[in-house]
Amino acid sequence: MAESGMADVLLDVRGLVKTFGILRATDYVDLDVRTGETHAIIGPNGAGKTTLIGQLAGNIIPDAGEIRFDGEDISRLDASARARKGLARSFQITSIYREFTALDNVALAVQAHAGHSFRFWQPARGEAALRDPARAILNDLGLGERADVLAANLAHGEQRQLEIAMVLATRPRLLLLDEPVAGMGADESQRMVKFLGTLKGRQTIILVEHDMDAVFSLADRISVLVYGRIIATGAPEEIRENPEVRRAYLGEESEA
Amino acid sequence: MLARLRTPALVLGVFLLAALPPLAFAVDEPFYIDLFRRFMIFAIAAVSLNLILGYGGMVSFGHAAYLGIGGYAVGILAYYGIDNGYLQWAIAIGASALVALAIGAVSIRTSGIYFIMITLAFTQMLYFLGISIEEYGGDDGMSLATRSQFGDWLDLNDGTTFYYLVLAILVLCMYIVHRIVNSRFGMVIRAAKSNEVRTRAIGFSPYPYKLTAFVIAGAMCGVAGALLVNQAAYLTPDYMHWTRSGEIMFMVILGGIGTTAGPLVGTIALLLLEDLLSGWTTRWQLYLGIFLVLVVLFAKRGLVGLFPGGKRDG
Repeated sequence: MAESGMADVLLDVRGLVKTFGILRATDYVDLDVRTGETHAIIGPNGAGKTTLIGQLAGNIIPDAGEIRFDGEDISRLDASARARKGLARSFQITSIYREFTALDNVALAVQAHAGHSFRFWQPARGEAALRDPARAILNDLGLGERADVLAANLAHGEQRQLEIAMVLATRPRLLLLDEPVAGMGADESQRMVKFLGTLKGRQTIILVEHDMDAVFSLADRISVLVYGRIIATGAPEEIRENPEVRRAYLGEESEA
Repeated sequence: MLARLRTPALVLGVFLLAALPPLAFAVDEPFYIDLFRRFMIFAIAAVSLNLILGYGGMVSFGHAAYLGIGGYAVGILAYYGIDNGYLQWAIAIGASALVALAIGAVSIRTSGIYFIMITLAFTQMLYFLGISIEEYGGDDGMSLATRSQFGDWLDLNDGTTFYYLVLAILVLCMYIVHRIVNSRFGMVIRAAKSNEVRTRAIGFSPYPYKLTAFVIAGAMCGVAGALLVNQAAYLTPDYMHWTRSGEIMFMVILGGIGTTAGPLVGTIALLLLEDLLSGWTTRWQLYLGIFLVLVVLFAKRGLVGLFPGGKRDG
């Protein structure tokens, strides 16, 4: 950690391995994510992107390797402890509280980072300290009008936005987004990309995404994951030009 | 928030319960005071179970354990001549909370069917412990030496006084649960029920919250146990029998889980029906079973869900 320039590395992954049976889903992955950058992870289906995100967030325990967050080894911490340290994730399959309103959902995320919740008497829905920040974040995402709608009754795209709102409400230092525009219509998708663009620079983001338009418009750097290995990391232009990447991944898509 | 507590079912129910003793005397059937006092004691147990089952998603199949602990605490102290009600009930609550802490600490690490089986297993252990202690009557149980003594102002031997005490405790317990489930604490356990993965991902560790809820529910049910032994003036391990745990669970489901009024409505409906059917036929359990199946199939949100405005807190 003494090398120069390491100070601005927020997440440092070394030698990460995860095997399911005979499938090595993560095969000695090294990855560094710099403070403030949007770092996209792309790769064909089955490359192990979601498994990698799962290990970073603490939902999946790696077999070997080390994950350092701001210099601290977090490999042994569970998902909730990592979330409290500032790693927050969205899921590929939307994970929200369906029987609560949109505002309740985000207020819960605010509450999770407002000290302990051993408060038994005052109605949480009456607390401005939880509701006001939650409402502000919903407004940022364009969901302000839908604050009092049950999450289950929101449209699919709105539910994805709601999950991003919850994740942001935890004031993360590193945002892990697993296919944030998956299943969205063109308009919704464009709005989400535009919104994520507004976070650029002030929010460090790891973005797993299939939508190449979204990736190339948002990413500062891109890592390409194929069969559990990172075959290239670099700026978008470098990745576009990289022959190995074209062969393994981009080429297939442009031909299709 | 109070507006939600004032569901029609709840107001009507509490009003009718408060009016019952004078009516019972008017028609010269004081027996009903005794009957409904018993119903309300079970309603307290159901209200406490609803906190963890309805709001926390913890399907405890061993909630009768705390009826037993609360009952035995009072019964054993009375057996040794300690009849001070304040002390007895404080010990009943404390012992129930401690047992809930021990059972919860182990069982809350599991979920689903394992949680159901572990809570059942612990309660069966306590049941057989109760059976095995001959000193306190073993299988047969024993009479309560004297009812809990609270001084001249509160005489449990007076049926009506005892009735209003139970009603007051019931309303208090419902109010406490109502406050808890809408507090920050309550939002955490409801969130963990709704989506545990998401709850961890935003930074909550659900375990200590769920365990605390489990202990609160156990302590509250311990009060019901202390009341029950005073009601029956008799102590028996049957309070902890697994069918009793199942019955309390049915009270909650029948009334509507995760609602303020549900446990009260469910308890009175179930016990009233048991009473009526058993007076009418010896095969009453068959008919009761059919009724319960119908409710589960066609009124998924319980009886409270059938009332206009009697919707879930949510």
